[in-house]
Amino acid sequence: MNKGRDTFFLQITRLAALSIVFIIIVMAHELFRGSELAFSRFGLGFLTGSEWDPVHGKFGSWPLIYGTLVSSLVALALAVPLSLGVAIFLAELAPPWLREPLSFLVELLAAIPSVVYGLWGLFVLVPWLRDVVQPLLGKTLGFLPLFQGPPLGVGMLAAGMVLAIMILPIITAVSREVLLAVPQSQREAMLALGATRWETIRRAVLPYGRSGIIGAIILGLGRALGETMAVTMVIGNRPQVSASLFDLGQTIASVIANEFSEGFDELHLSALIASALLLFIITFSVNIIARLLVWKVSISQGVSRD
Amino acid sequence: MSVKIKVENLNAWYGRNQVLKDINLEIEANKVTAIIGPSGCGKSTFIRCLNRLHEVVPGARVRGHVWVDGQDLYAPGVDPTEVRHRIGMVFQKPNPFPTMSIFENVAVGVRIHGLKPGVKLEEIVERSLRMAALWEEVSDRLYTSGVSLSGGQQQRLCIARALAVEPEVLLLDEPCASLDPISTLKIEDLLVELKKNYTIVIVTHNMQQAARVSDYTAFLLDGELVEYGPTPEIFTRPRDKRTEDYITGRFG
Repeated sequence: MNKGRDTFFLQITRLAALSIVFIIIVMAHELFRGSELAFSRFGLGFLTGSEWDPVHGKFGSWPLIYGTLVSSLVALALAVPLSLGVAIFLAELAPPWLREPLSFLVELLAAIPSVVYGLWGLFVLVPWLRDVVQPLLGKTLGFLPLFQGPPLGVGMLAAGMVLAIMILPIITAVSREVLLAVPQSQREAMLALGATRWETIRRAVLPYGRSGIIGAIILGLGRALGETMAVTMVIGNRPQVSASLFDLGQTIASVIANEFSEGFDELHLSALIASALLLFIITFSVNIIARLLVWKVSISQGVSRD
Repeated sequence: MSVKIKVENLNAWYGRNQVLKDINLEIEANKVTAIIGPSGCGKSTFIRCLNRLHEVVPGARVRGHVWVDGQDLYAPGVDPTEVRHRIGMVFQKPNPFPTMSIFENVAVGVRIHGLKPGVKLEEIVERSLRMAALWEEVSDRLYTSGVSLSGGQQQRLCIARALAVEPEVLLLDEPCASLDPISTLKIEDLLVELKKNYTIVIVTHNMQQAARVSDYTAFLLDGELVEYGPTPEIFTRPRDKRTEDYITGRFG
């Protein structure tokens, strides 16, 4: 009787576990099937083509891939130093009475719906970028291709900045957990050598938590790559490849959000599904790379011995 | 005979809990001084006060004086990092830095304080590892991870790491607590060797160890110094009844 129940329980949980695999396979299958038309029409040109023009039936998704990667990298460049700074302060330096409220505020950032970020981005961030930041950057760093062109406000820079704020909580929260998990004995070992607090953080705490921090950053990247609503609202939605961060752009997620309702003709729909497949593959590989990286780092650290 | 460390009216707290009460004692230079006592008697706290490490724990407080060569470590304006540079420490559990190689584990303290002109980092690392009796075992794999070593080797690596910054005093907080008997013997032999150049203070709950390696022994109980004197005397003719009870194994 008991054995029968055990078997039943085993089957139920096994079914639950298998359903995960099943869902992924079904999704991948549907994406492949739906994108067949686009790929048979354009071949590899679907990836390399730089023109995305639904009106004339031309679908090259390179500008979307480019926009997705660049906006996410801008976000990382802005968010990583800030998040690590906050995490280090929270875990290592903040007085106890400040820790909880500040951690709570960071977590609150994560609870704001992305459409609110988008709205804030459009009505606050974009005018500020257009009137203040971009003219200033153009004047001082305008010799770099990154900061050339008219200050429009909307565009790649705005998207990157909104994304940065959106991925800040996850990178901060995970990094903070990682730092708190660093054994006190590591800090004391470094302090006992006569290190200052900063040297202790830099030489003992951060290296010990390195793999976890990389994991936190990759988690942030994963979020940035797939984020849709807020980006759609501020990136300008023009599929083009431009070196300047002042220019308008488009990401895979935002093109899908923008055009899914107009994709009446079969080719357009297929092209949208094909770009969804691309996003699926990109985020999938990012996660695999992240896992491999974390796995490799933790092996070379010999953390498994503990 | 010269006094290296003079502890005067030393009190220490964790929050409201007083763990050391008016400790007074003098530690001889180039001798091994053992601190013994039952768990929770304050012996770890005591040596953590000698390099100002006690105060890094939130809520921890110290009052009193620790004079090293006539300088009070707790005088205003004394930089604790400078104190810890002069007074090295080895902990209960081996705690090498896992992301660093064996070489880097030993070198890191030197990197923090800067290399004296004309001295090579490689020489310091080799000399420290030799002093810690580890060189022969690791010289062919200096660039592998420090945590690839056995527990006893890791602890000697930590000793080498502490010696590399050229301290005057070496504090050891139950350094053999997590080691097997053979590794323990190696470390004990090492301490006898090291006292030629260093003043050594070792916390131990192993009385045989105290008897084997130390010249002086202090017995702490409930945060108070019960008895302090040459090790043979403490172990053969204790003056205090509580010391006698402890070393004969009647409690603790």
